[in-house]
Amino acid sequence: MVKALNQALFQEMERDADVLVLGEDVGVDGGVFRVTDDLQRTFGSQRVIDSPLAEAAIIGTAVGMALYGLKPVCEIQFSGFAFQCFHQIENHCARYRMRSQGRFNIPMVIRMPYGGGVRALEHHSESEEQFYAHIPGLKMVIPSGPRNARALLAAAIRDPDPVIFFEAKSLYHAAKEEVPDESEVIPIGRAQVAREGDALTLVAYGAMLRVALEAADVLRAEDGAAVEVIDLLTVSPLDRETLVTSVRKTGRAVVVHEAPRSFGPGAEIAASIMDGAFLSLEAPIRRVTAHDVPFVGFAREKANVPDVPRVVAAARETLAF
Amino acid sequence: MPRIALEPRFQVEYLSILDSDGNLDTALEPKLADMDLRSLYRAMLLGRRLDERMVRLQRQGRIGTFAPTKGQEAAQMGSVFSLRPTDWMVPSFRETAAMIWRGWPIEKLLLFFAGHLEGGQPAPEQRDLPITIPVATQLPHAVGLAYAAQYRGDDVVVMAYFGDGATSEGDFHEALNFAGVWHVPVVFVCQNNQWAISVPLKKQTHSRTIAQKALAYGLPGIQVDGNDVFAVYAAAREAVERARAGDGPTLIECVTYRLGVHTTADDPTKYRSEAEVAMWEQKDPLTRFRAYLEKRNLLEEGLEQRVDDEIAEAIRRFEAMPPANPLTMFDHVYAELPPDLRAQRDEMAARENTAAARPDETSTHQPGATPMRGQRLTRR
Repeated sequence: MVKALNQALFQEMERDADVLVLGEDVGVDGGVFRVTDDLQRTFGSQRVIDSPLAEAAIIGTAVGMALYGLKPVCEIQFSGFAFQCFHQIENHCARYRMRSQGRFNIPMVIRMPYGGGVRALEHHSESEEQFYAHIPGLKMVIPSGPRNARALLAAAIRDPDPVIFFEAKSLYHAAKEEVPDESEVIPIGRAQVAREGDALTLVAYGAMLRVALEAADVLRAEDGAAVEVIDLLTVSPLDRETLVTSVRKTGRAVVVHEAPRSFGPGAEIAASIMDGAFLSLEAPIRRVTAHDVPFVGFAREKANVPDVPRVVAAARETLAF
Repeated sequence: MPRIALEPRFQVEYLSILDSDGNLDTALEPKLADMDLRSLYRAMLLGRRLDERMVRLQRQGRIGTFAPTKGQEAAQMGSVFSLRPTDWMVPSFRETAAMIWRGWPIEKLLLFFAGHLEGGQPAPEQRDLPITIPVATQLPHAVGLAYAAQYRGDDVVVMAYFGDGATSEGDFHEALNFAGVWHVPVVFVCQNNQWAISVPLKKQTHSRTIAQKALAYGLPGIQVDGNDVFAVYAAAREAVERARAGDGPTLIECVTYRLGVHTTADDPTKYRSEAEVAMWEQKDPLTRFRAYLEKRNLLEEGLEQRVDDEIAEAIRRFEAMPPANPLTMFDHVYAELPPDLRAQRDEMAARENTAAARPDETSTHQPGATPMRGQRLTRR
């Protein structure tokens, strides 16, 4: 997935001279995960900026650049560090269109590696998408593989509004997929049915999509259940229509995410399904998520982050209800 | 190994040209045309009269809470006067005088403080950001604007405003640091008015001056008598010229005083003495500038009345504006309304229509019909 993201940046920077990249170590080093590799060599240090180490000013100066009409793509080195710029994201990035009553918009992207599974330290393994999904004015996008990552990053860069773009660290090198040469765009705000089925709907995104697909394999093989898997791709604005259409067909839903459970995306997804498919529901909507505890250390991470057996167990309970 | 003194040694200058006793340093006096002197004074007077009028409007409930500028007119006008319309101005929330100079209509500022976001909408070509309330958060924006201007090769200087309290915020330090490293055309104007609500400067910083904070970031800093419009203008013009020439950012500390309340929700008698206020009233920026103009025979007859009439006319326009249409709250969230937000808008529109159709009912909300158990479509 790293290569696909890198290609999206190359293609968008070639396409539009207003696109520039800034962040810590994004230039000479090519980013700690190499997503911005070779960009500085190609586009120069004025366009691919190794910024001082300060998240608030990375986002704050990017807001200024966006106000001027540029399209900055910021990298926050790990999503766990973004609380140091959260005020700039909430107070300004998300609101400038509103604050200026449409005189300004903020066409910027904030890329952040998120999530566990890479044996990393505290603040390098968390999932915080719920904070951004809750803020009006932002879009919150999480790809699940190389091809949709490239197409969604292109869409995010072209979007006239600010997009928080989460990249699952565990997919950077693990996820491999053929990606065509020519640039592609997937519209933000639309979920995809990753696998069709009629027994139960599994909702997932990012690194959890693979967990959901593997769980669906197990359920088909061992239970003969055809599970529909929905890949959200965009957490906010949420594609309620795709969710509701699926659950109207299946009558059962399990939501999977890496973020802690309470007040997480699963709650909003479950409420949306209730709103739109209440009369079709055969069972309560289950959530398989991390527990409501702060970072547990990677020695205990497997017990905290959803895995295939937990998803399968929740699905079986839902199917048997 | 010995300890050695590192070069360079730093120093911070203090600049005063026209003091509160009316003494003028003619060698430093800026060469301003009579017309410029008159417009500067007029803008300062307008700021003062509007401020006093707005306090009354707030007390009468015609606008909400606002932060008065009284006492800081020279700090604002001396600095903003050095900008061109093609430059950018980044205010905090106490720059009424400077914002009017930059082209914000008075009624727009009144709208802002009356709770209408329309008051934060700059005119289409106006190069101004709206009022920003979270302290110091606007400063990185100024640096980003300046970077973008430099990136595009535009001849643009950015001037950003903030107070003494803002210099304790991380965003202030990060902005100065980025500005220094990127060497961008930005001028930071600190209106050190001695008080951040109830906290005096000595509890805000242990630095002797705010200007010296620039030195740590490798940029020049200067402290000026912020109630001396000439000193502020001279320092600002120098900083703007430096920025325009590609020689980087500057921090200007204007030593001034907030003669009024922090905001209209505040009672300063709780934390500062009347004697202190009286002492600063002696240093009023308008008094000394007026005396100077009088000496040079540049005061205009009937100026107060004309300024008051302009304010009264703006208040009339402000109060004649139609009430806020609630449905427009959805207009500027995204370029395109996502489906769910469109549904929320439609829901509100339906509510508003029902309210209009049945004006005597206080509650117009009708909950949707609850599905009955027998209606379940399930297969159980």
